[in-house]
Amino acid sequence: MTSQQTIVDISQAEQGTSLWHDAWLRLRRNRLAVLGLVVLVLFTAIALLTPWIAPYSYQAQNLELGASPPSAAHWLGTDIFGRDLLTQIMYGGRISLAVGFVATSVALLIGVTWGAIAGYVGGRTDAVMMRLVDILYALPFMIFIVLLSVVFGRNMLLLFLAIGAVEWLTMARIMRGQVQSLRQQEFVEAAISLGLSPATLIRRHLVPNALGPIIVYTTLTIPNVMLLEAFLSFLGLGIQPPQTSWGLLISYGAETMEEYPWLLIFPGLALAITLFSLNFLGDGLRDALDVRGAKD
Amino acid sequence: MSLLEVQNLEVSFVTRNGTNKAVDGISFSVDTGKITAIIGESGSGKSVACYSLLGLVPRPPGRIDGGRALFEGRDLLQLEERQLREIRGRDIAMIFQDPMTCLNPYMTIGKQLMEPLRYHRKVSREAARARALELLEEVGIRDPASTIDNFPHQFSGGMRQRVMIAMALINEPKLLIADEPTTALDVTIQAQILKLIAELQHKRDIGVIFISHDLAVVADIADTIVVMKQGKVVETGDRAAIFQHARDPYTKKLLAAIPTDSKPPQALQPEPLITVRNLCTWFDQGRGSEPVKAVNDVSFDIHRGEVLGLVGESGSGKSTIGRSILRLVPVTSGNVNFDGTDLTALQGRELKQMRRRMQMIFQDPFASLNPRMTVYDTLAEPLLLHRIENRKTVGQAVLKLMDDVGLARAFVRKYPHEFSGGQRQRIAIGRALATRPEFVVADEPVSALDVTIQAQILDLMQALGREYGLTMLFVSHDLAVVRHLADRIMVLYHGEVVEQGSGEELFTHPQQAYTRQLLQSIPGRSLLA
Repeated sequence: MTSQQTIVDISQAEQGTSLWHDAWLRLRRNRLAVLGLVVLVLFTAIALLTPWIAPYSYQAQNLELGASPPSAAHWLGTDIFGRDLLTQIMYGGRISLAVGFVATSVALLIGVTWGAIAGYVGGRTDAVMMRLVDILYALPFMIFIVLLSVVFGRNMLLLFLAIGAVEWLTMARIMRGQVQSLRQQEFVEAAISLGLSPATLIRRHLVPNALGPIIVYTTLTIPNVMLLEAFLSFLGLGIQPPQTSWGLLISYGAETMEEYPWLLIFPGLALAITLFSLNFLGDGLRDALDVRGAKD
Repeated sequence: MSLLEVQNLEVSFVTRNGTNKAVDGISFSVDTGKITAIIGESGSGKSVACYSLLGLVPRPPGRIDGGRALFEGRDLLQLEERQLREIRGRDIAMIFQDPMTCLNPYMTIGKQLMEPLRYHRKVSREAARARALELLEEVGIRDPASTIDNFPHQFSGGMRQRVMIAMALINEPKLLIADEPTTALDVTIQAQILKLIAELQHKRDIGVIFISHDLAVVADIADTIVVMKQGKVVETGDRAAIFQHARDPYTKKLLAAIPTDSKPPQALQPEPLITVRNLCTWFDQGRGSEPVKAVNDVSFDIHRGEVLGLVGESGSGKSTIGRSILRLVPVTSGNVNFDGTDLTALQGRELKQMRRRMQMIFQDPFASLNPRMTVYDTLAEPLLLHRIENRKTVGQAVLKLMDDVGLARAFVRKYPHEFSGGQRQRIAIGRALATRPEFVVADEPVSALDVTIQAQILDLMQALGREYGLTMLFVSHDLAVVRHLADRIMVLYHGEVVEQGSGEELFTHPQQAYTRQLLQSIPGRSLLA
């Protein structure tokens, strides 16, 4: 850094390497993480385009065909009603991925805000806010879901909310810890002495610096949530027919796995590949965002 | 023959970004009964050189490329790990910089002292304990018999460093390597530890390598001084030769960086800008226990255009005074009057208005800048917040600010991690001055920087102080720096002001015993005019 040329406008200055950019460069060197990212992007794209690219219509049945193994006409075979399994998995993926991303976003939004406020304000506010988190933690999750579905009936929105309502707790704790340690840093004091309002301070100075661990935790939360959904659907508490999800498909597949193993194998594979990809990406992000590994 | 003879030592680190030569063919020797000081800035390779002698540089990434290190005729670099382990702690011992982290917090100091003795000499428990007591006595631990079974946290920093020294000496080593052993300590404690090392070295007739970034620290104790820069030795000589007839330009620069003068007195403006009356800042320790009285009933004035130096050791409350004035910590009682406004009573908008007129420069330039914001974002934030500039004009204002603090304009869109410590401190100074404040609190602004960078930053602060007409509260533990910069000096002890006066008065006629003790502790006193 010895360039001394005088510039007259900031747009002429060379753009520096931000820590985000630096982390991205490191992530790109991690093959597994990149593979995970590519798979996720692919699956997401397929899920978005499903109504247009699915080989068969979602409702199309062929009772005469029944359950048939993979063939040229039905790549992944058909179920006992003669429905194309690939089409089922594609539509199921829409629901599973949506639950994963939406519920995690809900958790992220609530958790980050809640944790940042508790950590920044501190004192009694912090104590009350975190005790509430502790209480929610202590609620048995299954009973919570069963209660919700009894009271409100079964619908997907409720499922999103219920899962989000559980997953934000850890997020809030992580965020609070981050903010508490950042608060001690001199740049936060500097921001206070400039006269910044607490809201601006949290938004501009605290959240961006606390985001590293949060992002990592997010990528590890999505598979958690998807598993939860699969688990709930498997138990019959989640997604209801005629809608379908990977969890539901696995549940049906498991019933008939001795006669028609492909009905279990393919939905299971779709879920497993997605979870692996998310975990690889999460690991890669953790390494890439780890400041100890970064220069300086 | 010398005790240790290092010849053409080369050490490099192999990293992802290529090979980095940390030590590039250095030679020096240490004699029995003499202190050899190795001086250099951070990154000059001084510590790496000494650590590699004992096989303490992790390999990889470290790699010893060549050279010899003859210790009593044996080449340390050729020894196997098992042989080195025998030498480490028995023939060659080390003292590290931070006595807080170098002792095991779960072991009593007695056990930790006895460990090397039992390991290397296989002596009985009773004999080891007796020896440990003897040594604690020798390094100046009061009443060793009752403190030997205490845990490290029950000792102060200075006492812990004494325990470390006792641990290093317990096996009667022939060579002692001290890596910045006083850098983490207060000035007065530093003086005591330096004295102790010199005494012990003399009494036991051992060789000492004293690693430091600060020439002044070794000015009174070193026999030979080796000056290192970027992995190379630039000059070697005995103390007198280095201090009186330094030949190398870098050595001269290091010497020039030690502030030795006193700021010429100037007439004070009659009206004070800030009056502090009966200021108390206490920190609650939770229910039941006494609050910590960080600042206790302190009153003083700061006149317009004046630099008031605030000195004291850590825990004396000097930083808290600065933060109390700026309302960064809640004040318990008393008032702070800023140009006719009582700051302690302000809230919300009014306080924000006043914040524009008073700013702070922090100690650690690595912590005081938001790592996610570019220089531009950091400098533009105060300008936009206080509506001094609008979105269209702020770019030019930021560039002007960079010119003022001596940063190349081309760096405006870089992030803090792309700058050196000195450059970062320039950014932090720019941020503090962006709103054109009348008053600035500088909290140890140069103590985290290398000596030569320190001098540059002090010069910059002086120049900007004049240009911006600043009134400044300069907080520091370093009396020489304060005398160089401040018009008046205030000495703080345990949250109370013990003495104040002009630098000249204080240095020539200190009234209080504590002030005299502080003055006598200044490293390299002999250098001060």
